[in-house]
Amino acid sequence: MDVKDGQTVKGTNFVNLREAGDPVELGKFYSEQGADELVFLDITASHEGRKTFAEMVSRVAATVNIPFTVGGGIGELKDVDRLLNAGADKVSVNSAALRRPELIDEITNHFGSQVCVVAIDAHEDEQGQWTCYLNGGRIPTERGLFEWAHEAQERGAGEILFTSMNHDGVKTGFANEALRRLSDSLSIPIIASGGAGAKEHFRDTFLEGHSDAALAASVFHFGEIKIPELKKYLKSEGITVR
Amino acid sequence: MKVAIIKYNAGNIYSVVHALKRLGVEPVLTDDPAELLSADRVLFPGQGEARQAMGYLREHRLDEVIRNLKQPVLGICIGQQLLCRHTEEGDVDCIGIFDADVKRFCPERHEDKVPCMGWNGLRVKSEKLKVKSEKLIVNEVKSEELRGNEVNEGVNPLFQGVNDGDYVYFVHSYYVPLCTDTIATANYILPYSAALHKDNFYTCQFHPEKSGAVGEQILRNFLKLK
Repeated sequence: MDVKDGQTVKGTNFVNLREAGDPVELGKFYSEQGADELVFLDITASHEGRKTFAEMVSRVAATVNIPFTVGGGIGELKDVDRLLNAGADKVSVNSAALRRPELIDEITNHFGSQVCVVAIDAHEDEQGQWTCYLNGGRIPTERGLFEWAHEAQERGAGEILFTSMNHDGVKTGFANEALRRLSDSLSIPIIASGGAGAKEHFRDTFLEGHSDAALAASVFHFGEIKIPELKKYLKSEGITVR
Repeated sequence: MKVAIIKYNAGNIYSVVHALKRLGVEPVLTDDPAELLSADRVLFPGQGEARQAMGYLREHRLDEVIRNLKQPVLGICIGQQLLCRHTEEGDVDCIGIFDADVKRFCPERHEDKVPCMGWNGLRVKSEKLKVKSEKLIVNEVKSEELRGNEVNEGVNPLFQGVNDGDYVYFVHSYYVPLCTDTIATANYILPYSAALHKDNFYTCQFHPEKSGAVGEQILRNFLKLK
């Protein structure tokens, strides 16, 4: 769930936000539907220098009975401490870690690798080069996807949440080629993000992309794919799911 | 019913507070020995590093308090590990309720990622898994064959209403090998203890407070224990 001003929103290629409800209610609904984990990203936090709402995190923690990750605007340890104390299981860091990679070491040394998800927004150019972006896909960096993901792992990241900006919101499937390269070369779990539009896309990212988990937003928010049906389908395709 | 949660320097204790509240219980978070000793139920949850956690417990004499608890106690995650004899994490002696030593997962294939993080199936259809030693398990008994070693078909009261194959949520790098106090197993790299029981002490390696409806059933069972 991408959260802005306390409301869940979903962009298409990171712009044109449409509202999709109260994050706490939506989180409860998804946990009852059989979602395995929830991710709440305060998508404007980094851009506007705001901090994720610890208040919303507390409400989520009181309401849902499955693990959840919170991200957006985390720049230092005290942000992490506040969010974990509010009840989050994991935090995801993105722009701040690209700007100051030591943040990953600090988080994992204090709270353990299992707490630290490194989220990466990357874009593939016409030459096939993947570049990491800052601030929700607004500012390109000098860092390449694969070398940055490797460094994040070396610094202690527990998971990589990779969003392909080329695929996000387009609903034609996940970036399986890049995902496979990440998953096969790294020893930490890779979460696929960006591009889910059909049940087959989930199957493909597990089988072809070697992803450890798949994340989607709008197809669930707008009821295009229902989680129980998706899981039934994946089981029928021989993929182990809860 | 007075339910106490042991307050110490471990993380993620609030998840357990919230989970109990969802079941209609208002737990007390405390490190006061008198309060802990007089509670009807005590939970010993948390995530953290074993050496630091044991250091803190000893410094505050909570290790002695825990040993002397007579009411049902539920250790969760590092709580389970600290109730064992020793852990490889920080090479530290623990509280010693369970006659087992905690070991670190050794990955064997690329797919074996440590920490073990995520949902995994439980096997609960046996009051006690009759196993002689960890060596036997690792070398001779594959997980499928474990079934044949079960002599008691009963399910521990902690797992009433929980079925073999039900999924629960794990986050850990260290595990308790199978032992005589094992009441549920999971399989990740190798079969290991997902839950233990001895006298009034019950433990889960997984997080019932994060395990959806199955986890809620386990917590409800714990509150109902005689």
